[in-house]
Amino acid sequence: MKVTLTVNGEPRTDEVEPRLLLAHYLREVCGLRATNIGCDTTSCGACTVIVDGLSVKSCTVLAAQADDCQVTTLEGLAGPDGELHPVQSAFRAEHGLQCGFCTPGMVMAAIGLLADNPDPSDREVREGLEGNLCRCTGYHNIVRAVRAAAGAGPAAGRVPQAQGEDA
Amino acid sequence: MIPGPFEFVRAASVEEAVAALVAHGDDAKVIAGGHSLLPLMKLRLAMPAVLVDIGRIPGLSYVRVEGDEVAIGAGIRHHELERDEVAGAEVPILPHAAGQVGDPQVRHRGTLGGTVAHSDPASDLPTALLALGGSVVVQGPDGRRSIPLTEFWLGFFETALQPEELVVELRVPRTGPAGWAYEKFTRRANDWPIVAVAAVDGRVALANMAGTVVRATATEEALARGASIAEAAALAADGTSPSADMHADQEYRRHLARLLTRRALEKAAGVGVTAA
Repeated sequence: MKVTLTVNGEPRTDEVEPRLLLAHYLREVCGLRATNIGCDTTSCGACTVIVDGLSVKSCTVLAAQADDCQVTTLEGLAGPDGELHPVQSAFRAEHGLQCGFCTPGMVMAAIGLLADNPDPSDREVREGLEGNLCRCTGYHNIVRAVRAAAGAGPAAGRVPQAQGEDA
Repeated sequence: MIPGPFEFVRAASVEEAVAALVAHGDDAKVIAGGHSLLPLMKLRLAMPAVLVDIGRIPGLSYVRVEGDEVAIGAGIRHHELERDEVAGAEVPILPHAAGQVGDPQVRHRGTLGGTVAHSDPASDLPTALLALGGSVVVQGPDGRRSIPLTEFWLGFFETALQPEELVVELRVPRTGPAGWAYEKFTRRANDWPIVAVAAVDGRVALANMAGTVVRATATEEALARGASIAEAAALAADGTSPSADMHADQEYRRHLARLLTRRALEKAAGVGVTAA
């Protein structure tokens, strides 16, 4: 079947099998490998991307279900000159990662959280990221990074829809 | 893990979805958010030949007051129900229970109709719905019919839905500010309940204490004849048949049912603590 969607601001149309998962579509068809597949059972959140402004676990969404949607992955966050998204910057500044495997999903889930709640408490960050597991258990710095991103201003909750253009 | 092959039909209306279900019968499954069905398909525990996608049908996501009832569109997603102001004022246990489902990503996808049609006894929203009472409105080739919630869930993954029928609406009585509580016990933040108890206005429903969500009838009868909360809660596990798994054996689940029922009834009655 044919799916037509926008990935990181770029419109695309692809012929896919109906059973193709969005995570596999992004990694294998679009070549966007930042989206990691961890548990493959909707538990770990490593595959989190943003679809039409909401964080979702792309291992449990069919590419067919994303037809006509706007999808943003980690690769779509930085500006055209390589300027990092405020959440990316905060993860770097606060050392919000250890091995890095959960990081793309954590960053996308954090943006989804901040879009919804621009100034979360520590507890709200922990609850807002309950769908994302860090196998290094590096949660303290992740929470610190999300709080720091929120403190940097409302841009932390923005999902870029097109290269260099904030929604 | 990759689901088995299937044909994907995106329905533009409820009528189109029903027509697809009539055409394909038992070979078809309905998908909305897909957060119950896709995990089963990835494990190949479900292998439908046809998926009928109702996720884009307009007009299936609403909450409105109709007389003494609140009507809720089956397509409402958990995160929408969680924040809905009408639901918050009229049936506050529902937005609260919606906020207890899975995690934010799951709540962005999962739908009320989906969790009702799935019939997992460890589901948050069906437990809250059963404590409210009310009915499921389904649509098939002969039009709509209403099924009382007490007759809808027949067993594990089994409901009174016919293969060509679709859940389109939930109807529950307005409770307003009447006391309510939802007590959920988990070992990990975003899990299904090991046991959960919903209490609304003298009605008590249990999650994960049988093949379906069930009412704690012995507790309700005791409350009706004026028993104390402690006495009534002690009967919460009567007549249940909980499963045993790596999280809890049957006796521990019965203990949790009694304990959580007591907590829920005390919260609902405003004893000691305020309702969440």
